[in-house]
Amino acid sequence: MSRSAARARLVALIRKETRQMLRDRSNLFVGLALPVVLILLFGYGLSFDVTDARVAVVMEDSSAATVNAVAGLVGSDYLNPVWTRSMVEAEQMIRAGEADAILRVPADFTRNLAAGGGQLQLILNGVDSGTAQAIEGYANSAISNALLHLSDRQADTAAQSASVSVVQRTWFNEAGDSTWFFVPGLIALVMTLIGAFLTSLLIAREWERGTLESLFVTPARPTEMVLAKLAPYVVIGMIDLVMCLLAAKFLFGVPMRGSLWIIILSSMLYLMVSLALGLVISGLTRNQFAASQMALLASFMPAMMLSGFVFDLRNVPVAIQVVSNLLPATHFMGLIKTLFMAGDYWPQILRANATLALYATVLVLIARRTLAKKLD
Amino acid sequence: MTGLTVSADALTKVFRDADLGDLRAVDGLSLSIRQGELTALVGPDGAGKTTLMRMFAGLMTPDEGSLRVLGIDVARHPQRVQDRISYMPQRFGLYEDLSVQENLDLYADLHGVPISEREDRFARMLEMTDMARFTDRPAGKLSSGMKQKLGLACTLVRSPDLLLLDEPSVGVDPLSRRDLWKIVQQLVDDEGLSVVVSTSYMDEAERCAQVFVMHKGRVLADGPPGSLREKAGGLTFTAETPAGTPARDLQARLIDRPDLVIDAVPQGGNVRFIRQPGADEPRMGDLLDGIETSARPEELEDAFMMLLRQQEDEAPASLAATRPAEVATPSKDGKPVIAVRDLVRKFGDFTAVASTSFDVGRGEIFGLLGPNGAGKTTTFRMLCGLLPATSGHLEVAGRDLRTARAQARARIGYVAQKFALYGNLTVRENLQFFGSAYGLGRRALRDRIAAMIEQFDLDPEAKSGLLPGGYKQRLAMATGLLHQPEILFLDEPTSGIDPLARRAFWRTITALAKGGVTIIITTHFMEEAEYCDRIAIQDAGEMLAIGTPREVRDMAGTAGARDMNSAFIAIVESARAERGRRAAA
Repeated sequence: MSRSAARARLVALIRKETRQMLRDRSNLFVGLALPVVLILLFGYGLSFDVTDARVAVVMEDSSAATVNAVAGLVGSDYLNPVWTRSMVEAEQMIRAGEADAILRVPADFTRNLAAGGGQLQLILNGVDSGTAQAIEGYANSAISNALLHLSDRQADTAAQSASVSVVQRTWFNEAGDSTWFFVPGLIALVMTLIGAFLTSLLIAREWERGTLESLFVTPARPTEMVLAKLAPYVVIGMIDLVMCLLAAKFLFGVPMRGSLWIIILSSMLYLMVSLALGLVISGLTRNQFAASQMALLASFMPAMMLSGFVFDLRNVPVAIQVVSNLLPATHFMGLIKTLFMAGDYWPQILRANATLALYATVLVLIARRTLAKKLD
Repeated sequence: MTGLTVSADALTKVFRDADLGDLRAVDGLSLSIRQGELTALVGPDGAGKTTLMRMFAGLMTPDEGSLRVLGIDVARHPQRVQDRISYMPQRFGLYEDLSVQENLDLYADLHGVPISEREDRFARMLEMTDMARFTDRPAGKLSSGMKQKLGLACTLVRSPDLLLLDEPSVGVDPLSRRDLWKIVQQLVDDEGLSVVVSTSYMDEAERCAQVFVMHKGRVLADGPPGSLREKAGGLTFTAETPAGTPARDLQARLIDRPDLVIDAVPQGGNVRFIRQPGADEPRMGDLLDGIETSARPEELEDAFMMLLRQQEDEAPASLAATRPAEVATPSKDGKPVIAVRDLVRKFGDFTAVASTSFDVGRGEIFGLLGPNGAGKTTTFRMLCGLLPATSGHLEVAGRDLRTARAQARARIGYVAQKFALYGNLTVRENLQFFGSAYGLGRRALRDRIAAMIEQFDLDPEAKSGLLPGGYKQRLAMATGLLHQPEILFLDEPTSGIDPLARRAFWRTITALAKGGVTIIITTHFMEEAEYCDRIAIQDAGEMLAIGTPREVRDMAGTAGARDMNSAFIAIVESARAERGRRAAA
């Protein structure tokens, strides 16, 4: 009897929350349209990749060997060689922003190559260090590839093959494609977004409008109120998750090396953490404006900056590492990237999910306390 | 079976506040409330009524004392009490984005009302609240009177063991107020419901079987209305206003003598007053100076005012606080200060104000009355220049509002319904800010602030947000008067203020009018219309009646003979019936 009464109350509250959610268009925009915008923005718009970087090539030695070596640049998607006559002209191009790098083939290149020590000079524009590094990598690999081919053809010259010293290979993200690196993190970001911008308003709004006082003096229990507030947003979160996974697979071709069900399960767990955190912020501030500010500062911004989404956490100071490790987003971010790129690595799956489950439980309990049916 | 629904013993609730110190909202209070009866809690602002109600509902935990509701220790088992009672807070939390029906369904589900009972119950609630036509409308789109009725309907989706109503009629017009009480009364009669209601309307308390008069967290007096009334026995009189003078002049004369008169209010063109029990006979004769007086039967209101005044005696008399203000030199051309011709305001295809015309003369007190949603606020905003008119002519302080809105605005003062000053600034800082916003020079500003602080007896260094309600009202008035406006607009200034503060407030208003300031005021307290020179009653955007209070009462026929409240209801209802007939034809 009392169990069925509780179920009836829960259903009534969920129906109410769902209606309220659906009637507020800005909710639907933040919950459904904004994730689409983010997916497209991070998938297509934002990228650390360099394409068509202009490399000014200065040929001071134009033997067949040098032409062959530099020809590697022509075939690259990432580099766009521009032939110049002199070093002076090349330097001017860099200053004018017309070239991102200079590749100089010294006059003694062929001679030195024959002696087993061919050297090329690569001058990079360090104003944008990220781009400079990327170009360095591309140029290196393009030239060594070309030289490899060269040595294959002239297999009799042992000395020449010895001059090829760098063999690059990038694991997990073979293409070095930053979309691969962004899209899994995007799942974490979108799940954070729903909690930070939607559930953080729910309890505060009821305090502001005075609806809680009436609701408190009914048989409704705090746990029922919390669960009802979570339910519709879990559905929104699931829709977003499906959108992210479909985009990852079909739009961006990101590999999914871990099991799909573990990815889904872990994401749902993190969604619960994020939604419950929003509710806790809402219940503690009791003010919609303060709640959304708090949620932005305490949940969304750190998830973006400190979770390893953009910056590698191993390179940040210890104090920030400590803060990062307190964020549930960091644990999920690490996990979801591993799941996508490397596959099921059970020790991490278990540890991260246990951490998330703990966070979810504690936060739901705190949210429940903020609805403890007391006005004093 | 004790027959008691609530029993409190030495109940205390203290609010601790770092800025204000401890506030003993409920202070060692004991009371017993019987089952199956209507019980009223009355008392001025801050008497502790709401805190007490919230403790009954288990929303607040008492600091000391014991409280049993329906025989349950509510501090220990709030949920068990909440499962059985219904509670309507002062501001009932309707979900504004849900429709009327959805709100009802939600509360019915939460209270576990079986589907089989719902149809009857809902039909009855919708019929009693006259809302059957609006079931699909979002609650946020209802007028405030309708919202309050829907709140009551949601509270009453089932028949509770105890119904708690916290000031259900604050800010509600007389018609909606009457409807609310009809619903409650019917349920008490039909279902033997136990009801506790807190109110500041004495006519509502008269309907109850038991009345508790609260003050500063204690019970001052209790008993059936009849026995409470007797406290004022033999002291209640009516004084006849001399021909050709407004009743409020006589009222001012009487209420300015607290040594002889406990209370005086204008009513039906005359002044009803209460004598001090030991009033000196010759001095009383001097005060009345040949004015005809006759004894009248005592009412609960009289006893209530007596009880409050006795408490007040220890505190400084709030009436003496305000003195007539000096005003900008009135232009003596005798032209109306406000001239309105064929004023119309439409929102889309909804006509909020339909072709309205009236004049207001200098130094007049003009009252704008009407049910919630009648178009009062719209008219008011157009007069202040806050809202452009759709069509018609509107002249304020000699300026056409269409062409010279800024100039007209410099001559008017405005006091909003809600406290619209900066709560975290001090009284002085607020006055300085608003004074400079009105463009007062440094010297003029200093002089005016000093004058306002003296006139309204304000503490310049007090934080505005922490002032008690009556003082907030005074500060709002002071701000509105800083630039010595010719016209002062007051939008429901007395909603939610206790009777003593209201008397003091009206004394200030009548003094201002005497000084030549024109006052335009809206109110839900119909008896306050008696202070006005002329009143206008609006409903559904139309002007139903305009004239002196006496003329308007006469228009209402026999119903109006009693008091303004009945006159108002009669006029609005007959106009609505007329409209209904026209629509049917």
